[in-house]
Amino acid sequence: MPKIFHKILLSLALMAATLAQAQLTVEITGAGANRIPVAIANFAGDAAAAQVVTATVRADLERSGLFKLVDPGATPLDENVQVNLGDWKGRGADALAAGSLARGADGRMEARFRLYDTQKQVALGGAVFVTSNDQLRAAGHRIADYIYEKLTGERGVFSTRIAYVIKSGNQFRLQIADADGQGAATALSSAEPIISPVWSPDGSKLAYVSFEKKKPVIYIHSLASGQRQVVANFKGSNSAPAWAPDGQRLAIVLSKDGNSQIYAVNADGTGLQRLSQSSGIDTEPRFSPDGGTIYFTSDRGGSPQIYRMSANGGGAQRVTFEGTYNVSPRPSPDGKSLAFIARRDGRFQLSVMDLASKQVQILTDSQKDESPSFAPNSRMILFATEIGGRGVLSAVSSDGRIKQRLSIAGGDVREPAWGPFIQ
Amino acid sequence: MKKLFIPALLAALIVGCSSTPVDETSGAPVESRTGVTPVTAGGLDARGLPRELSDPKSVLSQRSIYFDLDRYDVKDEYRDLVAAHAKYLVAHRDFKILIQGNTDERGSREYNLSLGQKRSDAVKRSLTVLGAREDQVESVSLGEEKPKNPGHDELAWSENRRADILYRAPDGRGEF
Repeated sequence: MPKIFHKILLSLALMAATLAQAQLTVEITGAGANRIPVAIANFAGDAAAAQVVTATVRADLERSGLFKLVDPGATPLDENVQVNLGDWKGRGADALAAGSLARGADGRMEARFRLYDTQKQVALGGAVFVTSNDQLRAAGHRIADYIYEKLTGERGVFSTRIAYVIKSGNQFRLQIADADGQGAATALSSAEPIISPVWSPDGSKLAYVSFEKKKPVIYIHSLASGQRQVVANFKGSNSAPAWAPDGQRLAIVLSKDGNSQIYAVNADGTGLQRLSQSSGIDTEPRFSPDGGTIYFTSDRGGSPQIYRMSANGGGAQRVTFEGTYNVSPRPSPDGKSLAFIARRDGRFQLSVMDLASKQVQILTDSQKDESPSFAPNSRMILFATEIGGRGVLSAVSSDGRIKQRLSIAGGDVREPAWGPFIQ
Repeated sequence: MKKLFIPALLAALIVGCSSTPVDETSGAPVESRTGVTPVTAGGLDARGLPRELSDPKSVLSQRSIYFDLDRYDVKDEYRDLVAAHAKYLVAHRDFKILIQGNTDERGSREYNLSLGQKRSDAVKRSLTVLGAREDQVESVSLGEEKPKNPGHDELAWSENRRADILYRAPDGRGEF
């Protein structure tokens, strides 16, 4: 009996160690110039639960780079208490959130809160989120999203998830984590590489390329069930999946007819149709948010550049002109800009083009940026880069001002993909 | 040593039984008969493939073709290697190969996957020109994902710009 107990303890300890090792740590390396001062009071009620929720809300808002946290003091404030907003304004807060945690009749926790504008001296609104004890951080993310949207006018992404690949030793793991890097879970482990994960528009599935069959094959993986389905395993290489915004079709890249070319295929692998027609390489397709256009990389002009064509195929127009290496196009979800990787003086740097003015801005000063991925609200771009010879994830705001770094102990992190808004 | 000695003795006894008398001192020393690597004709290696595909003395054991930076053509120095594999495939129509193209680590993973494909396609073309059949050869790419040399310098990169040939026997056994 004690021996079994010991074994359980040991396996628990191992699990804890694995979890700790798999956790991404987020570090803010740059913040916006005009941050909104906001006070998140200690929520009243169940103290332990309140602590988890308010800590999550504060960390989310601070990490976004758009908010400055004002010290709320130690006194818990619930959502119904009369607050002296002038007093909070005097403490330097433009906004104040107060709330409480209470256990409902069904045993679940209810997180209630109210948000105030101290300048206009009004309540901006409030909400209640009901959740199980182990989902308290999720409730915190929801509250942070609410506050973010009320104060900035755009949707928050704290409740979204990210996918990425960790290489440790010769093992590859496709990980799913909350946008703050917490709660990481492994969707797929493999002794062979996994690249190019992309989220289905409803956030329930990932498409990716796995090399487990000694060649690149495209799979769709349902996250809840773990069920996997081959979408494309044609002769030659199968790679670079991209979901159409309707979630029904994907653009993929096949070499079955010669050089890499872009095809469309139904999510169940039927209805294959060739979209691009060139004698060179056409790859890295991505749909515009309206689904009408596909951006892609092609070397048809002699060097890899970004082009666009109709989502039904046909003629293409060149999009990038500066330099001899512009790859990995990612149109922003709001349709206004295009992130891509540009090689300048031997350095691969994350760049963004304003699609209206065609102005290009280089967003980083790093050496080996790759695989950019927009947050669903278009504000931040997550990408892979290298620091000290190790793969890490970074995020930068599309204006280049706010910077975050997500790293992990004992592994190379690569191939990030930011998931859609949670419905 | 013991094993070798007994057959030698037996052979001497058998010979001894024949009509020609043998001088006991004229035999070669037993030691000179050691150091021979036994070769079994038509034997299979650990992966179930004919030994000539892995025997270091056979050109067929050479499976890697290296490429120059930004180049996708098979260099002249690999003419004999490619010819030997083509000849094998012509003589063994039920054998199949997988050619995996690779690149160095610089640049986009997906674009590198397409560049690796150009390398494996080039090797495939060289083989089919020499008589290998289309259905015997599949060319694929591993891009930058499976470096032979994990380093980050010119030497490592030159070892990673390559195409590798993998064999599969008719019974399904082999390297892929």
